[in-house]
Amino acid sequence: MELKVRTLASYNAAGESPEILFWVGCAGSFDDRAKKVTKAVAKILQAADVKFAVLGTEESCTGDPAKRAGNEFLFQMQAMQNIAVMNEYGVKKIVTACPHCFNTLKNEYPELGGHYDVVHHTQLIKSLLDEGRIRVEGGIFKGKKITFHDPCYLGRANGEYEAPREVLSKLDAELIEMKRCKSNGLCCGAGGAQMFKEAEPGDKEVNVERTEEALALNPKVIAVGCPFCNTMMTDGVKHAEKESEVQVLDIAEMIASAADL
Amino acid sequence: MGVENIIFIIALLAGGGLFAFNVRKIIRNIRLGKKLNRTDRQADRWKIMTRVALGQSKMVVRPVAGFLHLLVYVGFVIINLEVLEIILDGIFGTHRLFAPLLGGFYDFLIGSFEILAFLVIFAVVVFFIRRNIIYIKRFRQKELNGWPKNDANLILLIEVLLMSAFLTMNATDQILQSRGVAHYIEAGSYPVSSMLTGIFSSWSTEGLMMYERIAWWFHILGILAFLNYLPYSKHFHIILAFPNVFYSNLEAKGRISNMKAVTDEVKLMLDPSATPPEPSDEPVKFGAKDVQDLSWKSLLDSYTCTECGRCTSSCPANQTGKLLSPRAIMMKTRDRLEEVGKNIDANKGAFVDDGKSLLHDYISAEELWACTTCNACVEACPVNIDPLSIIVDLRRQLVMEESAPPAALNAMFTNVENNGAPWQFSPADRLNWADEDA
Repeated sequence: MELKVRTLASYNAAGESPEILFWVGCAGSFDDRAKKVTKAVAKILQAADVKFAVLGTEESCTGDPAKRAGNEFLFQMQAMQNIAVMNEYGVKKIVTACPHCFNTLKNEYPELGGHYDVVHHTQLIKSLLDEGRIRVEGGIFKGKKITFHDPCYLGRANGEYEAPREVLSKLDAELIEMKRCKSNGLCCGAGGAQMFKEAEPGDKEVNVERTEEALALNPKVIAVGCPFCNTMMTDGVKHAEKESEVQVLDIAEMIASAADL
Repeated sequence: MGVENIIFIIALLAGGGLFAFNVRKIIRNIRLGKKLNRTDRQADRWKIMTRVALGQSKMVVRPVAGFLHLLVYVGFVIINLEVLEIILDGIFGTHRLFAPLLGGFYDFLIGSFEILAFLVIFAVVVFFIRRNIIYIKRFRQKELNGWPKNDANLILLIEVLLMSAFLTMNATDQILQSRGVAHYIEAGSYPVSSMLTGIFSSWSTEGLMMYERIAWWFHILGILAFLNYLPYSKHFHIILAFPNVFYSNLEAKGRISNMKAVTDEVKLMLDPSATPPEPSDEPVKFGAKDVQDLSWKSLLDSYTCTECGRCTSSCPANQTGKLLSPRAIMMKTRDRLEEVGKNIDANKGAFVDDGKSLLHDYISAEELWACTTCNACVEACPVNIDPLSIIVDLRRQLVMEESAPPAALNAMFTNVENNGAPWQFSPADRLNWADEDA
């Protein structure tokens, strides 16, 4: 499928307004692995005939890693500039494939003047499936063992455990849970700006601990819903030398692949 | 009214008064914290307190500990109905004052108290074994060395002694009742202590009366002493759990508080024509260096913590051997707050700089930088303590006041500032993905 991605500026110039803004995020824009997820999300939106826009070069880091690292100044600088851009365009609804962006846009922007209806891509995909705007059958995932790793910033931080699981359940796969799942889920190790630094001294990496838990279930796929979790779990699988047997895939990629997009 | 009753009233007033005095001091210490509005949404607050504190909903997430705790909790709350009778008997010199008033229901109550007392002893013994004999990691971690471990065992010991006094008191009482001794009216049913009468059956009536009195006094004075032990102990949670849950964070856990002082400055930076905020008397501090810079709720959290360690056992950093333990964050906060409180007492009500602070002297940067902000500790806490907000407040101090983040994070900040992304990519390339092959 050929991607036709339009910016909010182009909608604006044409005097139109999109149904939703797709907030791509830094990982989704620059990280090679995460860019594949971005494209999968765009394909799903396109296949479902969702009129979506991106900010393109007008998008900037939400400020999440700065805030969590204690740099409130930098966070608020980023937030206020993003809010100024989005309010100028009259943005109402946002979808993002990054739970960190999702959390920040949803919970931390309102106090600074940015009031939007923000959804995570798994929530949007779930409603597109429910409304019949896209259809999937199991495809290559049919009957395969899949385990889902909850992103902290979607799960505990925002109480969303079901949407990703409901989307996965459409794949006719065998969904198995790790012992530490949902509200008890173990972090991948990347949150709170850990993604951008070495871990403190310890006896194990958090992502190795988490990936071992997933691998103990012998899954074919470790499903994720966050670009940082994706990196951490992928590294964990490589660390265990299981990359030929186990894939780490974002739910959007799985749906796009199963729907033959 | 005899001498005995006067001594009792004095003990009661002294015990109650001392407790009130210490509680006032703790309230003063909590008020050293920064303002935070947690009095909104009253209906939701009552609901969460009923569910989480009264209903123990987060305790039973771990079924074994949760069930045993439920026994002690229910036992404690219900047996305290008996304390009301003991207090009135003590004041008026009566014996089992409620028995004639309640009739058959009194028998039912005393019988229930006895069964609960037995269950409390059972649970407490299992707790002792879990803490001292079986290896359960969260009870063996280094922050519990010394006083915290002794505190925990002392609480268990006191509970066994109080319950034993209650049961043996009833055992002697029922023998005295059966011997028709005056004053010991026939009342109550004794499903547990009736099994203990064998120990006392050969005793003389005088001996039994003396034991019954000693056990009665031990029970009530023990309760008063225990009450006054609470402010010095992790066991204070039996009271503070309720207000602490009432004042819970009701927002999404992922939301980290907004700093108004920063908002004012950033607005001026982005728009120099904006009106500057009203100057405030207090110097603006960015983040927390000491306990007085934390919110009052964080300080209440620290007094509420009973050091169960569920937070630490669910912390990804702690599980992988890092220095961070959310429980230790709470314990160190309380220790420092107590120290500050004593400083204020010693200096006629004003804190005198002692050259120490929560950050660095109690909590190290290494602990703080190990946190992934995953909220597992917040989720795990049965009384809704939030160690994460302390961690973030201290990180803010490290970054905005001391400019001392790890070098890699400084690089990330520079990238966000210059490129609008935490990595060194050009903002002009943000949309390149759309033109690359899928």
